[in-house]
Amino acid sequence: MNKPPATLELRSAPLLHTPRTVEQIMRHVVYALLPLCAFAVYAFGLSAAALIGVVTVSCVGAEQLFNRLAGRVSTLADNSAVITGLLLALTLPPGFPLWMGAVAGFIAIGLGKAVFGGLGGNIFNPALVGRAFVQAAFPVAITTWHAPFMNGRFTHFMPTSLTTPFLVPPDAPLWYGALPVDTVSGATPLALHKFEHVATGTLDLFLGTTAGSLGETSAILILLCGAYLAARRLLNWRIPVAVLVSAFAVSAAFALADGQRYPDPWFMLGSGGLMLGAFFMATDPVGAPVTPRGAWLYGALIGAVTVVIRLFGGLPEGVMYAILLGNAATPLIEAVTQPRVYGTGRQSAPDKNPP
Amino acid sequence: MTTPLRPDQTPPLTMDTFLQGIWRENPVLVMMLGMCPTMAVTNSLRNALAMGLATLFVLVGSNALVSMLRSLVPGTVRIATYIVIIASFTTVVDYAIQAISLTLYGALGAFIQLIVVNCIILGRAEAYASRRPLLHSVINAGGVGIGFTLGLVMLGGVRELLGSGTLLGFPVFGASFQPWVIMLLPPGGFFVLGAWLLLLNWLRGRQPGAAPTPVPVHNHGR
Amino acid sequence: MTDVTPLPPIISSRRMMATLGITALVSGVLVVAAFELTRTRIEANQRAALEQAIFRVLPGASARQSFIVTADQLQPLDGGADGVVIHAGYDRHGRLVGIAAEAAARGYQDIIRLLYAYTPDCECITAIHVLRNNDTPGIGDRIATDPAFLANFRALAARLNTERSALAHAIVTVRHGRKVEAWEIDAISGATISSRAVGKALNDSAQALVPVVQQQLTVLTRTPRGSP
Repeated sequence: MNKPPATLELRSAPLLHTPRTVEQIMRHVVYALLPLCAFAVYAFGLSAAALIGVVTVSCVGAEQLFNRLAGRVSTLADNSAVITGLLLALTLPPGFPLWMGAVAGFIAIGLGKAVFGGLGGNIFNPALVGRAFVQAAFPVAITTWHAPFMNGRFTHFMPTSLTTPFLVPPDAPLWYGALPVDTVSGATPLALHKFEHVATGTLDLFLGTTAGSLGETSAILILLCGAYLAARRLLNWRIPVAVLVSAFAVSAAFALADGQRYPDPWFMLGSGGLMLGAFFMATDPVGAPVTPRGAWLYGALIGAVTVVIRLFGGLPEGVMYAILLGNAATPLIEAVTQPRVYGTGRQSAPDKNPP
Repeated sequence: MTTPLRPDQTPPLTMDTFLQGIWRENPVLVMMLGMCPTMAVTNSLRNALAMGLATLFVLVGSNALVSMLRSLVPGTVRIATYIVIIASFTTVVDYAIQAISLTLYGALGAFIQLIVVNCIILGRAEAYASRRPLLHSVINAGGVGIGFTLGLVMLGGVRELLGSGTLLGFPVFGASFQPWVIMLLPPGGFFVLGAWLLLLNWLRGRQPGAAPTPVPVHNHGR
Repeated sequence: MTDVTPLPPIISSRRMMATLGITALVSGVLVVAAFELTRTRIEANQRAALEQAIFRVLPGASARQSFIVTADQLQPLDGGADGVVIHAGYDRHGRLVGIAAEAAARGYQDIIRLLYAYTPDCECITAIHVLRNNDTPGIGDRIATDPAFLANFRALAARLNTERSALAHAIVTVRHGRKVEAWEIDAISGATISSRAVGKALNDSAQALVPVVQQQLTVLTRTPRGSP
């Protein structure tokens, strides 16, 4: 190997600090996600464990494949593919066919990350790209929900999980009839509210005793794991705060205007993937603005769009699209929220070419 | 056509006159022209084929007429003349498809009428047929039309195969195949087009002594 | 290019008009020729498509006559009046099989248009046929194919109230598996919006048409002229 050319490093203060590497950050994010995975396995059983495993392996495999195709050094060590896999799995319904999970993982890395040039080059959160793809490709499977805490969950797979690749999943209720389980498929609180006007108790939402995607059911757990990351300064706390405050404010405004038609704001916060999205998806450092004011704006946009999609859209859930929209708006937000360069006055002519 | 051409100069009729539009300057796969019908109607092989053939007919017919009238049409009203010619051929196709099958007509919808504003056709009329003899124009338009049809069929075939598990309506993968609905939706069109471009560019790059992707030079104005 | 190309020579407007005139003439001839050549085929196609749809929702019918509903009257289609068109289907013996009418409502993507059959004898809707539907392939388009959903329309009650001015019970779509009453439609699981559009379309149309049809039943039951 040739000797690397001598370089002169130019750094700005502080010059003495513990460097924080991408690997370290990612490792802590994985730690923060593990309790969510554990709860998902506890609530949904064998199928959840298999799904998390398959999606993660698929993401890591895709990362390795695309690295090799592009002739790049392996980036597996930075754990970013593992995080994408875990996050993606946590947004999928528990009985999601495993082969579709593998497709989602492959698309997430291939289409969400590799085509943009790998980590840091992507404009959208890769996990959400994978989720959006399977949402559009397999709309029935991704809206087939299963109730949590079923009796046979640790000994039996959910019927839809083990679908043969490329074939239609079996009809879940038919299969349940032959098994010693007490409940059948469950509708999510958001779907219950949208289509049947049935409200779910706030306590259930926060504890996670409801149906839903793997990692989105327990709001409290997400809050704790998110707080851990925020306390370690591994995520920009402004973003989740802005998302939640904005979602609360917008839904409170609707609830005040017509309490019969619109759900109360606590329901909005606790249901669906809002918590998971706010703490773990919207905060993806690649797709979110770096300016502090931009982070507030970005979070507020995501929260408001989520509520609007939930209340007026055709789908019960809108967090995914709201975050993708926020990712798309990030360059614009950063452009308009450039902080003032130190030493330049407010009155001075603004720099036309921000760095 | 890389060398500028005086209006009175006629290049020899070569294989390239025909092949130009199929491979080197394929409207869908290289030039990225006519994306609107490309994305909208390629959700099945049948629609893609019908749209491609309809465009081929309008392209050949209008280019022939434009070429025949090229010495009569004054430069100031040429675009208006071309549009009238293209519109009449489009109307002919519109009637013809209604006569052939109303189901097909319903599936293609407004995109038949929108052939009028397809930039491939006006582009060929302006850049080629208006300054070439009849035979050249017809052969070149035929090549471009076949290239367009080929591009649509490549998209439509993959999208129908994955999106419905059928080809021309016949099941390929059996009844329990899980269709990838996204392939029938507009994003699927972009994904499949992107995948084809990736494959074709990769193939082009592997050709020995491959030239970089040609940048088409059009002689606009006169 | 502008600096090398000389300005185009000034062309007399007479020549421009002559050119455009000739082009328009050629184009006109082309269009008229195509229209004349295809007209009979297109009309035959349209008639065949309509009849195919009508006879599909009214199995057993072999002849049809179309009427226009104006306010509370029924007029033959050739009467020239404006209004909703309904088609009465008759069997081989000239007996009225049922009425086919178009209904439409906004679906998930676009307006869903369908043709439905109303049978005066049982006062119910006996079939639907989707004419146009742009809803998501694989989900929303199941309203045309899903056997369980289509079973809703074997005898969907569309009975009149005692004043005979509207339906006694509005036709509604209920969530999958919740159908109890004869006038309820069991939605397709996962395609609630498209299923609801079907219910709304049928209700809107039936509320307006059924009272007139029942009132004018004597006009309809007459054997169509010129039919076997």
